[in-house]
Amino acid sequence: MRTVYILWLRQIKRYFRSRSRIVGAIGQPLLFLLALGYGLGSVYKAAGRGNYLQFLVPGIMAQTVLFSSMFYGAMIIIDRQFGFLKETLVVPVSRFKIMIGGALGGATTAVIQGSLVFFISLAIGFRPHNWIMTLVALVFMCALALAITSFSSGIGSFVQDMQGFQAINQFLVFPLYFLSGALYPLNNVPTWLRIIAEINPISYTVDALRWAMLGTTKFGLRADILAMSITLVVLMTFGTIRFRHIRD
Amino acid sequence: MIEVNNLTKRFGDFTAVDNVSFSVNRGELFALLGPNGAGKSTTIKMLTTLLKPTSGKLKLNGLDVVKDPDAVRRSFGIVFQDPSLDTDLTAYENMELHGIMYGVAKKELAPRIEELLRLVELWERRNSFVKTFSGGMKRRLEIARGLLHHPKVLFLDEPTLGLDTQTRHLLWSYVDSLTKEKAMTVLFTTHYLEEAESNAHRIAIIDHGKLIAIGSASELKKSTGTDSLEQAYLELTGSEIREEEVDAHEAWRSIRRARNMR
Repeated sequence: MRTVYILWLRQIKRYFRSRSRIVGAIGQPLLFLLALGYGLGSVYKAAGRGNYLQFLVPGIMAQTVLFSSMFYGAMIIIDRQFGFLKETLVVPVSRFKIMIGGALGGATTAVIQGSLVFFISLAIGFRPHNWIMTLVALVFMCALALAITSFSSGIGSFVQDMQGFQAINQFLVFPLYFLSGALYPLNNVPTWLRIIAEINPISYTVDALRWAMLGTTKFGLRADILAMSITLVVLMTFGTIRFRHIRD
Repeated sequence: MIEVNNLTKRFGDFTAVDNVSFSVNRGELFALLGPNGAGKSTTIKMLTTLLKPTSGKLKLNGLDVVKDPDAVRRSFGIVFQDPSLDTDLTAYENMELHGIMYGVAKKELAPRIEELLRLVELWERRNSFVKTFSGGMKRRLEIARGLLHHPKVLFLDEPTLGLDTQTRHLLWSYVDSLTKEKAMTVLFTTHYLEEAESNAHRIAIIDHGKLIAIGSASELKKSTGTDSLEQAYLELTGSEIREEEVDAHEAWRSIRRARNMR
């Protein structure tokens, strides 16, 4: 347990020491909130769907957690380039513990980022329907964060350079995000888009966050939790297996 | 303490280590010498579980390196050729992280870290971030870290590269005392032949992946009819200059990548 803890702590320390990373990771969601929230707000309202900012905030929180968690995989590539990865690969600690310690650390920082976005949203007018339920939203964010940090450690185990990692971000994670229900309601979208959204794990996290923060859901809470659990198990398994074959 | 039997490592068509056998006794200071790209680092990578051999047997502390990597990892410490510190952590934090990963008991950890950081004269800088350190300071910290868990076998891959004379002297006298007092076994590589001559009990020379000579410095000199290790070494390996050291594994990766593109 000490080993998992110290590896977790390493990620936390590195996070709080990198002010640019905190600010940088807040900048993008803030831009989305302001540009989309205010830019599309009136259209959304005119379409009779109410307050777009309210609808958008859970999506942007999911976005923040998603991309911050993906960043953890980039940290593995940085560790490889700086040589520290070698040190972690010769220690007498199982690969699983090394993977999980780092992934938990990365997940913690991602959830902190997501929570920061929540507080910024409050400052620009967002209101959850029930304050207690925001704690449930925190649990959902943790589940997403751990799933994605596990996934990104798996990716970081075999992708050798930053360019390759960026390609996965661009061609896999960005599409998954834009094709989830994070930015627009999935009612009345073309069938192909609806199908993609329904097999997209990100959609369910976004939906679960809306359930917790707005009290509305598209898939139903049971489906959300089931989809999130499957995603977590599958991605943790993927990360564990890939990380076992990691080469420095 | 270390047994290498018919060790071979191939990367595609390229044979980095070719049927090498040698053994190192407990408490021995053993030098592995050879020109750039001879297979020294590849051999160390296999001994330290970072790379799997193509064929051959490797034993360390009586344990099979391939079959029982976790137990083997507990038995050795390593100072890598390239830096392997977390530069965003302080010197102390790097030591602490290492100690905990190796299961050093809580009570023992702090005094040991202090002792070693004082030894390498970094105690005053313990709370500085490693990114502010010079190359020599980083090297010293890595050496202190490699010794923290009292390994039975210590691998030093060009440990003195870029160190000044004082620090080199300090390092070797400490390593020497460890082999004597704690019967620690040390396998090191170096390009400074006088270092091998004055410190190593025995020396193995490898070239093009093959073991070409093994023995004490005086035995090597006698067998080649020369009067310094440097002359003996040049006699054995020739004086042509080798191409820049490439990490054999990295080289293989780029070959594979190039093939995949075709």
